[in-house]
Amino acid sequence: MENIFIKYSLLILFLPLAAFVIQIFFGKRLPRQGDWVSIGAISTTLVLAITMFVAMIMKDDPDFYQEASFTWLDMGDFEIRLGFLVDNITVIMLLVVALISTCTHVFSTQYLKGDIRYSRYFAYLGLFTFSMNGIVLANNLMSMYMFWELVGVSSYLLIGHWFEKDSAANASKKAFLTNRVGDIGFFIGIMLIYNAIGSFAFSDIFDGVSSGLIAGSTLTLAGIGLFMGAMGKSSQFPLHIWLPDAMEGPTPVSALMHAATMVAAGVYLSVRIFPILTPDALLVVAYVGGFTALFAASIAITQTDIKKVLAYSTVSQLGYMILAVGTGVYTAAFFHLLTHAMFKANLFYGSGSVIHSMHHALHEKHDHETDPQDMHNMGGFKDRMPITYWSMLFSTLAIAGVPLFSGFLSKDAILAGTLSFAQHHPAHFLLPVFGFAAAAMTAFYMFRMMFLTFHGKPKMPDIIDDIHESPKEMTGPLILLGTLSLFIWYTLPYFNPMSTHGWFTDLVVPSDSVVPGNPSAQQIEEGAHHAHHLAMYISIAVAVLGIFLSWFTYIKKGLSAQAWTDRFGFLYDWSFNKYYFDENYDKYIYQPSFRLAERVAWIDWELYDRYFINGFGRLTNWASKVTGKFDFDVIDQFIVDGTGRMAALFGRKLKTIQTGKLQNYVLYVTAGIIILMVIQSF
Amino acid sequence: MTEVLFWFMALFTIASALMVVLNNQLLYSAIALLFTLFGIAGLYIYLWADFIAGVQLLVYIGGINVLIIFGIMLTNRIASVRLSQTNLQQGVGGVFAFWVFLLISLVISKTPWYQLPAVEPSGTVREVGTLLMTKYLLPFEAASILLLGALIGAAILSREAN
Amino acid sequence: MDQLNNYLFIAAALFSIGLFGVMTRRNGIAVLMGVELILNAANINFVAFSHFGGMNLDGHIFALIVIVLAAAEAAVALAIVINIYNNLNTINVDEASRMKE
Repeated sequence: MENIFIKYSLLILFLPLAAFVIQIFFGKRLPRQGDWVSIGAISTTLVLAITMFVAMIMKDDPDFYQEASFTWLDMGDFEIRLGFLVDNITVIMLLVVALISTCTHVFSTQYLKGDIRYSRYFAYLGLFTFSMNGIVLANNLMSMYMFWELVGVSSYLLIGHWFEKDSAANASKKAFLTNRVGDIGFFIGIMLIYNAIGSFAFSDIFDGVSSGLIAGSTLTLAGIGLFMGAMGKSSQFPLHIWLPDAMEGPTPVSALMHAATMVAAGVYLSVRIFPILTPDALLVVAYVGGFTALFAASIAITQTDIKKVLAYSTVSQLGYMILAVGTGVYTAAFFHLLTHAMFKANLFYGSGSVIHSMHHALHEKHDHETDPQDMHNMGGFKDRMPITYWSMLFSTLAIAGVPLFSGFLSKDAILAGTLSFAQHHPAHFLLPVFGFAAAAMTAFYMFRMMFLTFHGKPKMPDIIDDIHESPKEMTGPLILLGTLSLFIWYTLPYFNPMSTHGWFTDLVVPSDSVVPGNPSAQQIEEGAHHAHHLAMYISIAVAVLGIFLSWFTYIKKGLSAQAWTDRFGFLYDWSFNKYYFDENYDKYIYQPSFRLAERVAWIDWELYDRYFINGFGRLTNWASKVTGKFDFDVIDQFIVDGTGRMAALFGRKLKTIQTGKLQNYVLYVTAGIIILMVIQSF
Repeated sequence: MTEVLFWFMALFTIASALMVVLNNQLLYSAIALLFTLFGIAGLYIYLWADFIAGVQLLVYIGGINVLIIFGIMLTNRIASVRLSQTNLQQGVGGVFAFWVFLLISLVISKTPWYQLPAVEPSGTVREVGTLLMTKYLLPFEAASILLLGALIGAAILSREAN
Repeated sequence: MDQLNNYLFIAAALFSIGLFGVMTRRNGIAVLMGVELILNAANINFVAFSHFGGMNLDGHIFALIVIVLAAAEAAVALAIVINIYNNLNTINVDEASRMKE
């Protein structure tokens, strides 16, 4: 029982890699293009993860911690050790990854049926799961960074799965490059810490910080550097631009990576490094998170593409988690990560199911013009796709923060922490305002999406008859994850829809920050506890307000969305165009870079190449002619050929003593011995 | 008496050895080799190496020499043709061999040999046996494998080509 | 007879004679006999050094192994000689000079 954790973790890590290797080399030749290999490997990891999870629950030890490491590089004083760390957070995270990954694999068998790169798709899913598990299991920043980059690569490959489409190819590039910006900060942070402490392992870093090896502004800078990595992966403002574009990838991929796991890696990193973040760094984290939460929610309100709504919703929810880390309630952030992974993945599966169905219906009508993802083409799907509808409704209620659902608990914990933070630091009253405003907007836009998609009259009546419920490979994950949106799974063994108290709070207890000057975990917890009730009432109020407004606008038609759009045209334009972020990045960052690059290229071509390089070229040309002559006449004719002729001459002479008679050779040997002995004697 | 016997044996050995290489009749050479080996066994006795002397008699004279005689019988039409048994480089070879002998003798006489006194053992068989089974077990086993290999190799080589 | 050098001279003589035999005899079996003389010369040296080195029996072991080697060598060499005889109908080593090509 003691050692299953490390062993199982290794299996969980490497099984998907094995699936990847098999799929990439033999996938096409296997029956069913080998999807069963991947599904087998991933569901095995799910079983192992569940076993570990159950073992963890049985253990019921908040301080459970196991580590195993080995020396990777040993160069005298410079030694890099890599290893694994298993604690309660790891086990929960492994379960999340394994569960969502399994669902995605199963879902994809239908969603990508008949795709030309079917086996390669499953291979990449395996690679992604491997690298994600690597991040989760890392006990040091170095291996985390490696797996971090691997996740980036697999994300690039999967977003660009349909790379024939320009938009998909560009989106994958955009995702990769935007992540690189954050990763540079991450790397700088790692190097700052390694320089001061001389180790990459989390435990060493915590010890080093608490003993003051690195402190003050350096530590703040290092913390912000590491957080920049999290900003890139978790798509925080201003690096959020890649996530909505990443929706070009297949929808199950969006559910796995861009809702539940990969984007959660940034939050996971923030949770892991929370103890070394200084108050200043935490403030940066909180503001980035809070602002992202509100900002992304305001964009989601006006989007018409069902996946784009979910994408911005994800950015907003990730902002929540980051906000929670910044205000100190980082276990609440992790709790929200867990609940959000379930319901947001489910929402993506639901949207995938709708899109799949739309796609087939349009295909029946030979309509290739209409966008199957545009909510303005949907409506009235409720009775046609009941399972999808109910499952998505559960998740929507969860994300909107309605009591009895999981999102309520985690969101409430975050908002309580934020409120308590503002009570202690009144100057930062904006943080809870961000949080509650985002909560109201979330409730509004999520129900807008539901109403536009499933309720009302069909906007394309001619295809409604062809809309069917998806096959059971797709509804299975929907039912499973829809059920997991209920609060009860997260508070067991207690049954209190208003309190987060349960196995999670028993097993994941916050630890103290190791930076002097930060409030202790206990202080933060008490503050959050005091703010809990107030936060709960406000959060229920804003959720109800959001849902009501949504209902009033889109069902009751008491408010005309069109009229509001006209009245606040510029706001609508801003929101609809995502605040012109892409355009402004293009205008102020990309274009100047291009111009600079062109200028530099001009210098390179016109000055450097023409005069410097070409001058050298001419000089070399002349010199080579001279040396060529020398080479031919002197070296070749005299030395090389001369040597050859000499060798041939001696060869002809010496050939005569090669008689082939054994005894001649013995004679020569004897003569040699005599000569040697004579030389030696004198 | 023993001194005389020793020198007689030494000269007998060398003379037989010369017979081996100089005689035109191959069979006589083989018989001369037999005497040489016998003389060497005698020298071993003088060196208190009773076991080695016994092995010399058994293996060399009883085994190898008999084998050589068999070989001669199988390959030579002994009585029929008399050919020169030496090749053209006899003169050069003789001079060279003589030089080798001279040089080795020079080395032997110039070297101050380091010697240890010893008493005559009652017999060496026991000690040699112990050494073979302990310190030199591995060389011993290697030698037996070598013999086995040689046995098989000889059998394969002399088989009728098919 | 109690002189190391006596034995060494005898061995040197046997060695030179053996070498002469190897160099000059035409018959393969005669060459083989020369080789045997050389091996015996070495054996005399081993046993002699053993005797004058405080009756250290390591030399005897070496001599034994040399005898074993000689036996193996004689067996294989005779097999080769018989093979050559079967193929070329002669066992004169200077006629078996195909190695030249």
